[in-house]
Amino acid sequence: MSGRSRTGLAALAPLLWLGVFFLFPFFLVAKLSLSDTALAMPPYAPRVDWSAGIEGVRAFFAALDFETYARLTSDSLYVASYLSSLKFAAVATGLLLIIGYPIAYGMSRFPPSQRLALLMAVILPFWTSFLIRVYAWIALLKPQGLLNAALAQVGLGPLNILNTDTAVYIGLVYAYLPFMVLPLYAVLEKQDQSQLEAAADLGCTPSQAFWRVTFPLSLPGVGAGALLCFIPMVGEFVIPDLLGGSGTLMLGKTIWTEFFANRDWPAASAVAIVLLATLVIPIVLYQRQQQKMIEAGQ
Amino acid sequence: MTTSRRPRLNIGAVRSSFAPWTDPTLQPLVRFEGVTKRFGTEIAVNDVSLSIYESEFFALLGPSGCGKTTLMRLLAGFETPDAGRITLADQDLAGRPPHQRPVNMMFQSYALFPHLSVEQNIAFGLKQQGMPREQIADRVVEMLELVRLNGLAGRKPHQLSGGQRQRVALARAIAPNPRMLLLDEPLAALDKKLREETQFELIALQQRLGMTFLIVTHDQEEAMVTADRIAVMREGQIVQIGRPAEVYETPNSRYVADFIGDVNLFEGSVTAADGKLVKMTTADCPAGFEALEDDAVAVGATAWLGVRPEKIQLHLDPPRDGPNRMAGKVADYGYLGDWTTYVVELESGRTVRAARANASRLVARPIACDDPVWLTFTPDAAVVLTR
Repeated sequence: MSGRSRTGLAALAPLLWLGVFFLFPFFLVAKLSLSDTALAMPPYAPRVDWSAGIEGVRAFFAALDFETYARLTSDSLYVASYLSSLKFAAVATGLLLIIGYPIAYGMSRFPPSQRLALLMAVILPFWTSFLIRVYAWIALLKPQGLLNAALAQVGLGPLNILNTDTAVYIGLVYAYLPFMVLPLYAVLEKQDQSQLEAAADLGCTPSQAFWRVTFPLSLPGVGAGALLCFIPMVGEFVIPDLLGGSGTLMLGKTIWTEFFANRDWPAASAVAIVLLATLVIPIVLYQRQQQKMIEAGQ
Repeated sequence: MTTSRRPRLNIGAVRSSFAPWTDPTLQPLVRFEGVTKRFGTEIAVNDVSLSIYESEFFALLGPSGCGKTTLMRLLAGFETPDAGRITLADQDLAGRPPHQRPVNMMFQSYALFPHLSVEQNIAFGLKQQGMPREQIADRVVEMLELVRLNGLAGRKPHQLSGGQRQRVALARAIAPNPRMLLLDEPLAALDKKLREETQFELIALQQRLGMTFLIVTHDQEEAMVTADRIAVMREGQIVQIGRPAEVYETPNSRYVADFIGDVNLFEGSVTAADGKLVKMTTADCPAGFEALEDDAVAVGATAWLGVRPEKIQLHLDPPRDGPNRMAGKVADYGYLGDWTTYVVELESGRTVRAARANASRLVARPIACDDPVWLTFTPDAAVVLTR
């Protein structure tokens, strides 16, 4: 076997994986979004009538339409839910940057021998199930929870945080912090210390050196961390469902409601497809930035 | 500022008239007074006192780990001395952070800012000084011309060759017009040919600007070619300061003699010393050694005679008897193109290196291994070392 066809085979493996676990489900969902609801099991129409042969297939395609998408734009609930999700994700990404950057910066300034331990501390929460950690926040934030008990001790409170947007932000920031810290740490740790000395030598105070050298050089990490958090947060379901209130509007919850409560599979699929299309834009931007960085040899 | 400085005289014999350190009325620009720096239990700089004068090109020379870089970093403000003080233009630098010191450093790694263009790198310090935008633009153009990088202003550091990066680093450090330029192994990353060219460019640049340069290097040739004075360092201390020729021709210790260039060291004991001529007996030469030495040497003391390989003559026929004459046979030789170095084994068993300039093209090698040869040197070719 020639080396060329060997690499061809090797390239086939990821293609096969993507085909089976991404493309095929994607087409299923895309097809669902073009269907109509029906009182049946499964609850949508049309379905291919194989007994009718080629006519059946033709009739199937003829029955597909974009009616569900039209419904998405006309019903303000969906638009509001998109905007609300984007707002949650954007604000949480901002908070994550503000909290994650000092953590990553601090870690990168420790002696190399101690950095591994700190890195482990950042990753450590992953050893506990995500769901359990979110439930733990319920115990902390609920009206008779630990936070309010502690506040009562000093004569404050009670704070009503659970089932509000604040609780959702707390949950998002808590859950996604490692995804922000790790890429930031990766770029900050690589920084050549002599560049900071050069900046000081050329007249920069430590804070000026940070803003003129360290921060601009860490922007690729800021971009990577922001996208790594922003993209999954837009579609986040568990955190708003468990910590948020009835008024918390996020796409993950909307999709769940459409699918399981309203049994409107086409609407749920259409919402999911639009979400995917929306997120492709930041992903492409990120890829282009990464490409630039590779070309710059950084 | 630059223009008001006294212009420097040029290379060669005239340059030797530049000797501010011999003028007691002149104040040095930089003074290290009893400076000590420890890292843990290790003493990096040990009680160093040193004066550097305005417009001088001063070299700190020594092997790695001798404390030369630490000494420079103390001046730049990146390290704090444990004892002693450093003054610049009669001002104590203690407690002044690097950004408040009127010195700029060119880093060994260049430490260019990868996110900034050549132009922005050079303008970095000027912006920090609060120079108006138009003046910055003019100064950057001036600097680009000075280091011959016109046309590359918009490039990023990763788009430059090693030599071009070196020049950007140089321009960036010179641009703010510091009182003193510190160069940490500035040529170490360049290949040999480029390094030699750049040495002369550095000299020319320093003369044009009249700026005080302090260079740290482990390369003795680099120090010899560029500097007005060299301080040779060893284990945190300065062992000798002098003009390149002084340090080379009259080293004050075996360490300096051996570190700067090649040297043959012969151990012996002093039999006579009259303030002009020193006579020694040695196992390596039956008739003894004679060397010109005006420093006082104690009769009976152990001393070493240092003779550089190029100052030893190689004879194929026995010269007439007398002092400074050794017989042996060629054990090995190395042909370097311009020079050939012969390793001669003496009757006493020790080996001596003798160098011969290849004044004519080599057709038939006149000297081969195991050939009997005689080595001689004149009394003024040797230096008597007592430590």
